[in-house]
Amino acid sequence: MEPLIKTENLYRYYGDRCAVEDLSFELQRGEILGLLGPNGAGKSTTLGMLAGNLAPSGGRIQLNGVDLLKHPLKAKAGLGYLPENPPLYRELSVDEYLHYCARLKALPRIQINEAVHRAKERCGLLEVARRLIGNLSKGYQQRVGIAQAIIHNPAVIILDEPTVGLDPIQIREIRELIRELRKEHGVILSTHILPEVQSICSRVLILHQGRIAYAEQLGDAKQQATESLIIRLDDPPPEEQLEALAGVNKVERLELGGFRLQVTNEARTISALAKQLATSGWGLQEFTPKRRSLEQIFMQITSGEAA
Amino acid sequence: MILHIAGRELRSLFLSPLAWSLLAVAQFILAWSFLVQIEGFQTVQPRLAGMEGAPGLTDLVATPLFGTAAGIMLLLIPLLTIRLISEEYRSGSFALLLSSPVSMTQIVLGKYLGLLGLLGIMLLLTAAMPLSLLLGGSLDLGKLAAGLLGLTLLLSAVTAIGLFVSTLTPQPAVAAIGTYGLVLFLWLINTAAGADGKGSELFAWLSLTSHFERLASGLVRSSDLAYYLLLIATFLILAIYRLDSRRANP
Repeated sequence: MEPLIKTENLYRYYGDRCAVEDLSFELQRGEILGLLGPNGAGKSTTLGMLAGNLAPSGGRIQLNGVDLLKHPLKAKAGLGYLPENPPLYRELSVDEYLHYCARLKALPRIQINEAVHRAKERCGLLEVARRLIGNLSKGYQQRVGIAQAIIHNPAVIILDEPTVGLDPIQIREIRELIRELRKEHGVILSTHILPEVQSICSRVLILHQGRIAYAEQLGDAKQQATESLIIRLDDPPPEEQLEALAGVNKVERLELGGFRLQVTNEARTISALAKQLATSGWGLQEFTPKRRSLEQIFMQITSGEAA
Repeated sequence: MILHIAGRELRSLFLSPLAWSLLAVAQFILAWSFLVQIEGFQTVQPRLAGMEGAPGLTDLVATPLFGTAAGIMLLLIPLLTIRLISEEYRSGSFALLLSSPVSMTQIVLGKYLGLLGLLGIMLLLTAAMPLSLLLGGSLDLGKLAAGLLGLTLLLSAVTAIGLFVSTLTPQPAVAAIGTYGLVLFLWLINTAAGADGKGSELFAWLSLTSHFERLASGLVRSSDLAYYLLLIATFLILAIYRLDSRRANP
């Protein structure tokens, strides 16, 4: 199937500064792609280019098979975009604003009322429909921004930090909404909140200094390597004995009879170790495999390359 | 699509106190000057009655009124045009238009027509004052129409200039200063023409004033109409290009 977003060798310069460098990736239907990166990594610039707000300095962008640069109007018809600051008209009411957006997105007149109602329902805006946007709280304004991006049922939804400024309950609701959107659409979102990526995204790209530094499928435990084990023993032996076990490279003593074992990354060694520890008579209390977390990866990439 | 954008623009103007306060202030000052002109006309009326080919009610009341209206609206229009695009840059709402399936031409024309809608209302209110004289007197309707046409074209041209300057900067105050500067320059450029004869024709032709004065006095020339239409088209096209290039160099 044709990917919903396909970028090839995307570049973007601000003056001499290169904000995005040689970026190529794809987004399939049913995927939620998370863009991670420290401030200034080029996340918003990338999303702005995908949404047609910024012209790329070089490269190609295809949205749903349509070239964004050659046929902008056709490509933008299937695009929903929430920028960092929601693009709201404060003097309009939520209803007026969403009606205007529906018209701008070229929805046929007969579908507009239904589309506005559905967007309000999905974003939990029914009870504030008649209020002025300027008088709403930041969280509600953010929701109006999301409603605007999904009102025309676009194939591609681009969300730039969608949960910023929301309270924890709202964040959960918005994440739920994004997960639901995934069924019919492809979603790309940027964030600097790591747990957010882990909880909703199916794939993650870490950007660093305008380049893709890391790409990974999430939610697939097998692919994630076990790097260390935390064990806790009632009756611990000397460290040398632990180090002598097959597959153990390094032992580090933790408090209260705990040890961190750096292990060779193979499924068989883990199960063999478990068996040995259980039958050794050291009184095994805890056996926790530790995977390299996204946070560690993130820190490694962003600090490693800068150093 | 252009009309949706124009409609939203006009609606927003009337949802804020801005449009209402501008209309109120303009109307108050114009009504004041209208009454002063009437007063003046009544004092000189007996003498005029005896003169051959004397200026009539239209010349003495409507034409000066349009002149005053032009001056006031030149001051007010930049305040309106700066919000067209500058403010949208600043509030971030411009991203909505850019990510929607609308072309830059549609955005510019939509915003332009939206503001012309408000100016149309201002013009109707202005025109209503001399027209009320029809109740008790007679007017030269042709001259009145020419004056109104001149005022409409002048304001449309100034709006186009303001719209273009508004695309240049996300700072509304800078856009306002820029518009005032450009408009006043075009307004006064023909004063240089008076000093020496050489090269003055170009300056006189460039000036907003000379074309408006001819129309206000009832002389409709196609060259004057062409001047305004060219000015409007030039600045609208510049605005479209500017919006296009802004995506590359914000």
